[in-house]
Amino acid sequence: MAENKTRLLQGNEAIVEGAIAAGCRFFAGYPITPATEIAEGMSVKLPIVDGTFVQMEDEIGSMGAIIGASLAGVKSMTATSGPGFSLMQENLGFACISEVPCVIANIMRGGPSTGLPTNTAQGDVMQMRWGTHGDHPIIVLCPYSVEECFSVTLKAFNLSERYRVPVIITTDEVVAHMREKITLPPASSLEIIDRVRPNVPPDWFIPFEDNSLGVPPMSVFGDGYRYHVTGLVHDVRGFPTSKPDEVDGLIRRLHRKIDKGQGYIQEGEHFLTDDAEVVILAYGSIGRTAKQAAILARENGQKVGVFRPITLWPFMRKAVVDILKNVRAVIVPEMNMGQYSREVKRVDQGYARIITLNKVNGQVITPEEILKKLKEVY
Amino acid sequence: MPEYTRLIHQYLRHDKKFPHVWCPGCGNGILLGSLIRAIHKTGLSKDDIVLVSGIGCSGRLPVYVDFNTVHTTHGRALTFATGIKLANPALHVIVIMGDGDSMAIGGNHFIHAARRNIDVTAIILNNSIYGMTGGQYSPTTPYGMKASTAVYTSIEQSFKISELAVTAGAVFVGRGTVYHAKFLDGLIEKAIEKKGFSVVEAITHCHTQYGRQNRLGSAVDMMKWQRDSAVPLEKAAKMSEKELEGKIVTGILVDKDLPIYDKEYKKLRERAKGKA
Ligand SMILES: Cc1ncc(C[n+]2csc(CCOP(=O)(O)OP(=O)(O)O)c2C)c(N)n1
Ligand code: SF4
Repeated sequence: MAENKTRLLQGNEAIVEGAIAAGCRFFAGYPITPATEIAEGMSVKLPIVDGTFVQMEDEIGSMGAIIGASLAGVKSMTATSGPGFSLMQENLGFACISEVPCVIANIMRGGPSTGLPTNTAQGDVMQMRWGTHGDHPIIVLCPYSVEECFSVTLKAFNLSERYRVPVIITTDEVVAHMREKITLPPASSLEIIDRVRPNVPPDWFIPFEDNSLGVPPMSVFGDGYRYHVTGLVHDVRGFPTSKPDEVDGLIRRLHRKIDKGQGYIQEGEHFLTDDAEVVILAYGSIGRTAKQAAILARENGQKVGVFRPITLWPFMRKAVVDILKNVRAVIVPEMNMGQYSREVKRVDQGYARIITLNKVNGQVITPEEILKKLKEVY
Repeated sequence: MPEYTRLIHQYLRHDKKFPHVWCPGCGNGILLGSLIRAIHKTGLSKDDIVLVSGIGCSGRLPVYVDFNTVHTTHGRALTFATGIKLANPALHVIVIMGDGDSMAIGGNHFIHAARRNIDVTAIILNNSIYGMTGGQYSPTTPYGMKASTAVYTSIEQSFKISELAVTAGAVFVGRGTVYHAKFLDGLIEKAIEKKGFSVVEAITHCHTQYGRQNRLGSAVDMMKWQRDSAVPLEKAAKMSEKELEGKIVTGILVDKDLPIYDKEYKKLRERAKGKA
């Protein structure tokens, strides 16, 4: 009988476990700190489960290869950090427009450019949202613990298969490299989602036809449904088009499928927010700092809570507005110059004060630094 | 309807909105014909073939034919093909690229796909120019020729695609021209049947861009040039470098066997499972 397995793992190792559990059987990548352990782990584990690992010549090729593998019916992923993630942008857009499920782990380090390879940062928040050109929705998930690295990776694969989109998992160097106890659930207890395949006769198959979910069934190369895949804007048959109605139809459907799925996609943690006067909105490793700060503040009699979005994108507008309406202030600590706090300010209609806390020296934000900011409110 | 037209119609996508995007007289259509005849000869089923292309006039080729087809990003076709082949080695993967596509932006992927010996067939339409973007010079534009970004003539040396493929480790490399269409049919057929990374370089003409800018005449004139410049490999072996200047050496440059990635990976899996 399958049993829970308790292990001591690194964040990156938990991503590998999560991917294998989700059914990922193809990995293409290029080494880069602090993401390399994911490639190393996949190169060891994939052949044992009849999967395939290939070390490509660069991250552009890695992204191309995982899209190809997915088109051939195999769940696939890659992992990288800032410089490599920059190289992936064009093919990431290809996955968006041609609706190819795949998962990209972006383990953040300091930037721009080669930046701070071995230090932590959260500077890619906006690049993950808007890095590839053109108007496109994107799903980005951000775990804050080793346990969550596993569950979020599983979720990333499930979302990518359900909505036929690339899904990005992002952590920072701290979460990637810290070791924690994790209980790996038995495979039988996991919910695994696979893409919906067409069930009409091949002659009837219209590969990009709209439906209620906005997600057309996806055939796999070799299964008899021959169709055309292109990065050009295409009609419902998959052929290039520039007819305004057809162009509009595709771009809007790509957005609609994610807009409609928000309830299913979005996930966040509320910690001591019920009676909170001040909420710390933090993600990734800073979510840990924020929780500690809230506990310490409560010892001082300050009613502080934490909201931690696990889904960074699409932005959890409703959850954030609900908080803004009920508190005096929201503190947004992040290891960048204010990329996420801008979004919070954007949805704030003057409900609450928004206090930013930005650290860009390669070091994590400490609970004491957040407590110091609290003095601006109390 | 002649037999060869009937054959081609068997493979075209009747629901694709023709006409095609190419200029009348473009060599890409001849290559498409060759490809179809070669595939037909191999007897492979349409479902088992994946046709992958990059971006350029050449990159538009797959949309017209009834296989599993992918029109990828500029220069990256081989990386998509790598993923497809490794995910399902039963598929026959054929990659169509232009000279800019495969040698400039995609040059790195090209040499590495060859070195890894990924079992795909790469067909390169070498027209010595960037056709789609309006005739800028490419890595195969010869020294001294004109392009829209080389109006004072190109001062760069050009790549010899087939020779590069041999050096990079391709197990089969053949060069032909679209004028010698029957020979091209044979090269493509052999390349598809070859196990490992096989390359066919098809010398073709872009009369609209390269021809016009260099006053080389019509499509027909440029094909006559192909006819008159082609030298079979065996004959070329007896000629001096000077005599070979401006010639197109045609034939099979290499046909050898090396370990193939997907086959090696299968063995690796057994080792990983501790069974080997
Ligand atoms: C990343 C990127 N850079 C530039 C382009 C623009 N572009 C489209 S086709 C092309 C060149 C095509 O030339 P070649 O590969 O020789 O093919 P041909 O059109 O001659 O068949 C370029 C530069 C692009 N699509 N993508
Ligand atoms: S521009 Fe040149 S390569 Fe492109 S279709 Fe016209 S002739 Fe062919």
